[in-house]
Amino acid sequence: MSEKERKVVIELKDVRRDFQVGSEVVHALRGVSFKIYEGEFVTIMGTSGSGKSTLLNQLGCLDTPTKGEYFLDGTPVRKMSKSQRAKLRNRKIGFVFQNYNLLPKTTAVENVELPLMYNSKYNAKQRREAAIKALQDVGLGDRLEHKSNQMSGGQMQRVAIARALVNNPAVILADEATGNLDTRTSFEMLVLFQKLHAEGRTIIFVTHNPDIAQYSSRNIMLRDGKIREDTQNYNILSAKEALDALPVNQDD
Amino acid sequence: MNFINLLKIALRAIANNKFRSFLSMLGIIIGVAAVIIMMAIGQGSKESVRKEISKQGTNVINIRPGADMRGGVRQDPSAMQTLKMSDYEAIYNEKKFITHVSPEVNSSGQAIYGANNTNASIYGESIDYFDIKQWNIEQGDCFTEEDIKKSAKVCVVGTTIVSELFPDGQDPVGKTIRFKSIPFRVVGVLKSKGYNSWGMDQDNVIIAPYTTVMKRILAQTYFSSFICSAITEEMTDDAINELTEILRRQHKLKEGDDNDFQIRSQQEMMETMSSTMDTITVILVVAAAFSLLVAGIGIMNIMLVSVTERTKEIGLRMSVGARGIDISNQFLIESIMISITGGLLGIIVGWLGTLICSSFGLPTAIPAWSIIVSFIVCTIIGIGFGYFPARKAASLDPIEAIRYE
Repeated sequence: MSEKERKVVIELKDVRRDFQVGSEVVHALRGVSFKIYEGEFVTIMGTSGSGKSTLLNQLGCLDTPTKGEYFLDGTPVRKMSKSQRAKLRNRKIGFVFQNYNLLPKTTAVENVELPLMYNSKYNAKQRREAAIKALQDVGLGDRLEHKSNQMSGGQMQRVAIARALVNNPAVILADEATGNLDTRTSFEMLVLFQKLHAEGRTIIFVTHNPDIAQYSSRNIMLRDGKIREDTQNYNILSAKEALDALPVNQDD
Repeated sequence: MNFINLLKIALRAIANNKFRSFLSMLGIIIGVAAVIIMMAIGQGSKESVRKEISKQGTNVINIRPGADMRGGVRQDPSAMQTLKMSDYEAIYNEKKFITHVSPEVNSSGQAIYGANNTNASIYGESIDYFDIKQWNIEQGDCFTEEDIKKSAKVCVVGTTIVSELFPDGQDPVGKTIRFKSIPFRVVGVLKSKGYNSWGMDQDNVIIAPYTTVMKRILAQTYFSSFICSAITEEMTDDAINELTEILRRQHKLKEGDDNDFQIRSQQEMMETMSSTMDTITVILVVAAAFSLLVAGIGIMNIMLVSVTERTKEIGLRMSVGARGIDISNQFLIESIMISITGGLLGIIVGWLGTLICSSFGLPTAIPAWSIIVSFIVCTIIGIGFGYFPARKAASLDPIEAIRYE
C-alpha cells in the first residue's frame, strides 16, 4: 500500500506546548510533527522529561497545543472547547492506563460499558452487548461479572483494554500499559496488542521500555521535546513466540 | 448522559459508602423530623386552643371597661368603672341580636367549710351566665331571679371546691360555706369543665348572684365586665354594633370620642390566640430548620470529601468522554438523592415522633403542607449544598485527576 492511499488517523503539525512554571516558561514540546496512518502500531519512547506524557495528553485530546495544529481523524483539535474534546475522546479514542483505572467494586462489564454511558446513541441493551463483545475480544468472556477487586493485574488490564475498544475508536492510546505487570503478563498484553494490530486497529503505545519497540511497526523516539528518531520496524517480533519461549512459571 | 444512567451512578456511589451516606442522611432525617414534629405540635396546640375557645361558645361577646389601649398605656382607675347597672338594664331591655347578657364581678379569697379551706375565685353573675357558657348544674339547682333581687347569700360551686371543702364525700348542697367570712348556702354543683388551655382550673370557682358579690363582698356599684351571647355566630358583628350603639348612648359619648369600653367577640379571641400560637410555631420551626441547615453543611462536607476521594474516578470518566456537566450532574444527583432519601425517612420518623408525642398527651396535628415543604426544602438543600462540590469535581483537570494518587 502506498502512503497516499492510507488513511491518516493522526496528524501533528509543528505542535508546541509551553508551561508556565513560576516565572519560567518550560517548553515541553518544541515543534513535533508526524502522521500516523490507520493500522499502525506505533511506540513512542523517551526518557523521563522527554515530553512523552505531554505528547500523550495532546494525542488524547486531554490538552491543546500552545502552537501548531493537531488533526485527529481529520478534525482540528486546537480550537475545540473542553466539552467538544470530551465528545471527541468519547468517540475516537480508547485509553489504556498503566494502573488500569477501573472503577472500584464494579463488574468487568460495567467498567467496559463506561465510555458508552456518555454516548446517548447507545441504550442499555446495546451498551451491554458491545461491552460483552469487547470483553470476549480480550479473552475475558468468562469473567463478565467479576468485580475489579476480584481480578489479577493482567485481567484488570484486559478489562481496561476492552474498555478502550468498546467505542470502536480511531486510535488506542496506551500509556505504559505493561508498566505494572510482570514479564509474562506483559507479554500476554503484547500478544493482545499485536492481535488488535493484526485486526487493523491503530495503536499508539507510549513507554520507556525499549524492548517493546521490537513488537511494534513503528518507533518514535522523543528527547527534549523533539523527535529524535522516527523509524519503521520491518522486522516485527512475535510476542506470542516470546511468550512461549519464556520459562514456565514455577507457580503454575 | 441520560438521567437514568446518572441515577444508577449515584445509587452505586451511595451503596459503595453506605454508612457514610447514612450518616449524612441522618442530619437531614433529624432536621426534617424535628420540623415536622414542631409543626405538628404547633398546629395541634392551635387547634386545641380553637376547640377550647369554641367550646365556650363562638357567639360569646365580652365587654370590658376602659378604652382599647393595647401597648401598656396606663389608664385612670376611674376609666375602669364605666360599666354601670344602667348599662346592663339598657342592654337587657333593648337587645335584639343578643340572646343573653350577664354582668360580671369577681373576687378571690379563701373559702372555708368546717376544718377545710381552699383558695377560690368568686364570680358574681346573672342566671343568663349559665346559658351563655353552656354550663349545666349537675347537682341541686341554680340560684333564682329572686335571689338576685334580694342579694341572697347563695352560690353554686365547681367540683374542685367540692373536693377541697368536702373531702369525705358529703353532699355539699344545702351546706353553708364561708367566703371571706361571709356565709353562702350552696344550692348547686356545676358540671366539671376541667382545665382550660391556659392551664387554669375552671372548676375552682364559686358562682353567686352578681348583686350579692357587688354589695356584700366588693361594696362597689360598677361591673368588671359584661358577658353576652349573640343569637348565632354569624350575627356576632351585628350584636357588637348593637352593643356599641347602646353603650355609647348610655355613656353620652359624642361623635368622634373614643369608646370607653371594649367589645371582644370570642372569634377575635380565637384569632388573637391563633396568631400567638402561630408565632410560637414559627419560633419552634425556625429552631428546627437550623438543624436542617447544619445537615446541609454536613452533606456538603461529605460531598467534598467524596470528590477528593474519587478524583481518579473523575479523571477516568473525563478521559473516556464525560463532560464537565456530566460530572457535576453526577455529584449533584448524588447529593440530591442523599437529601431526598433523608427527607423521606425524616418524614416517616417525624410522623412516628408525632404519634409518640400525642401518646404522651400533647395535642398534635401534622399539616399536609409541612410534608410538602420539608420535601421541597430537602431538594433545595441537596441542590444548594451539592452545587459547590459538584462544580469542584467538574472543574478538575482530567490530566491531573487521572494521575492523582
